[in-house]
Amino acid sequence: MSSANREAPRPASGRAGTKKELPDHFKDYRHVWVFIELERGQVHPVSFELLGEGRKLADKLGVELAGIVLGPPGETTQSAVAEAFAYGADLVYNVEAPLLADYRNEPFTKAMTDLVNAHKPEILLLGATTLGRDLAGSVATTLKTGLTADCTELDVDTDGSLAATRPTFGGSLLCTIYTLNYRPQMATVRPRVMAMPRRMDKPVGRVIRHQLSVAEDDIVTKILGFLPDSQSGKANLAYADVVVAGGLGLGAAENLQLVKDLARAIGAEHGCSRPLVQKGWLSADRQIGQTGKTIRPKLYIAAGISGAIQHRVGVEGADLIVAINTDPNAPIFDFAHLGIITDAIRFLPALTEAFTRRLSPHSRDKLAS
Amino acid sequence: MHIVVCIKQVPDSAQIRVHPVTNTIMRQGVPTIINPYDLFALEEALRLRDTYGGEVTVLTMGPPMAEDALRKALGYGADRAVLLTDRYFAGSDTLATSYALSQAIAKVGETFGTPDIVFTGKQTIDGDTAQVGPGIAKRLDLMQLTYVAKIPSIDLAAGEIKVERRCEGGTQMLQSRLPCLITMLEGTNEVRRGSLEDALYAARSQVLRWSAADAGIDDLTRCGLRGSPTVVKRVFAPTARAEKAALIDAAERNLRDLADELIAAILTRGPALEQELAFNSGE
Repeated sequence: MSSANREAPRPASGRAGTKKELPDHFKDYRHVWVFIELERGQVHPVSFELLGEGRKLADKLGVELAGIVLGPPGETTQSAVAEAFAYGADLVYNVEAPLLADYRNEPFTKAMTDLVNAHKPEILLLGATTLGRDLAGSVATTLKTGLTADCTELDVDTDGSLAATRPTFGGSLLCTIYTLNYRPQMATVRPRVMAMPRRMDKPVGRVIRHQLSVAEDDIVTKILGFLPDSQSGKANLAYADVVVAGGLGLGAAENLQLVKDLARAIGAEHGCSRPLVQKGWLSADRQIGQTGKTIRPKLYIAAGISGAIQHRVGVEGADLIVAINTDPNAPIFDFAHLGIITDAIRFLPALTEAFTRRLSPHSRDKLAS
Repeated sequence: MHIVVCIKQVPDSAQIRVHPVTNTIMRQGVPTIINPYDLFALEEALRLRDTYGGEVTVLTMGPPMAEDALRKALGYGADRAVLLTDRYFAGSDTLATSYALSQAIAKVGETFGTPDIVFTGKQTIDGDTAQVGPGIAKRLDLMQLTYVAKIPSIDLAAGEIKVERRCEGGTQMLQSRLPCLITMLEGTNEVRRGSLEDALYAARSQVLRWSAADAGIDDLTRCGLRGSPTVVKRVFAPTARAEKAALIDAAERNLRDLADELIAAILTRGPALEQELAFNSGE
């Protein structure tokens, strides 16, 4: 069915209309691949989110979805292989080698480019994590193909091309990017941008194993040690269920306390928009938006945030968005579900107080009965 | 040692406006700045030069007006500035940009001494791809060290470098080899204020202006639009949600009533939230 799609290319507009036919040596590139990011025994959840998205692309194209699992020999790698099937992969390409135990650019780039050259995927997706970005840049340059970073939407065009949409101009507009005459078409997606697919109990299917073609002696960069972050006080914004954030409408750094107070009262994580990080009011790990964290909470309360596109793409996955802003024309009201036109600095303490009243032990007892 | 720092002139994103009717960027009057992430790379390069001796060359690819960014970099204390500018570079994506820059770096190396380290910022604030640094490393066969937070030591005689690299969940201590490419993490050093001496130096310095030919680029099919595998097909503003936000007008209302009304509206839309919030708020 994919070939039917491909035989009927639609004349496209603009520069895309200049598309020549795909060079012959790229014509046998098929199937959709997702890089399964395995670090210190854990698969990064973004890999499962990408399998969900990759599944849709593969189904539209009528091709297979493969997970790429690179890791050390042993149980953790094999459980990552099994998880790839549970989240929708049809097959897995697996390279096991002791020097894939911790991420380094050289062996991972080598393993990945060898796999691509041997099995020729048409689409290759990676998470836009520090690891994924480090790897994707090297792989794309080695393969001399196109790479679209931080996509917020992936789709397949009528002629079978990957249409990758991402924010542009510092997040003030969106653009759709194609990699027309090169393969694979590569894209990265940030964690939490795509929904987590449902995990299915599926048996391990077809696994194609490869040898790593480099040895430790060939690798220049050595890992001397690893220092894990202390977890205390660390923001876990991306996976929080309730988030409260402040923006420039707060007027002054000390008013961020009002946001923190509300967050504390309802058990939420607190965050902010980009300008506040640039002003040094809050650390970068609290930034919500395209260049910060993407969130998908059940409830998101934005106080004094105007809602630039770069912020919007980071919060659109929230189930319920509540905006507090003095400007009725602020773009945030274009994508919020509930809005209140008032000054956040005055309103936040009242809201905190009202929530506390509503959620007091007394009312909790009522709730339980 | 010789250090090359790649910088980019970008529009000050805080001031970008989108035309409400045509959905195009209104560039007129938007001031330009050095990409803020690049300043941490420049600062780190200047510190290394001050410690180990040598020179810092700043390099940018852009339109003629990008000379302003280079002059600012000279004002921070860079020794030399090269502007790579040619109409053939117009429309470059990250692959074409990394090609042109890597050719120019090779030429800088031939002319002024092979660089020991090439620095870039973590990413730019206008493109946000973080791809050009790795692209340059791969093309020049430099060791790729991204998201570097600290450079504890360099052994020039042995050609060795130790860095601390941020990764998911922690920091890697790496030992690698020179020459290398480092993308510097933001907030990892304090960017200096240029001295008066540096300002005077910047004012009287010549910014070298190189065309593609000057940089030794003979294959123009790898530059600009022609050398870019990616094509921007459509630029657009996102559409508003079909259903507009339900607005509560707060004019002349008691804040307490208003807060209660908002909470009621939240719980009407998300009845399951009450349990969630009540549970969360438990001390």
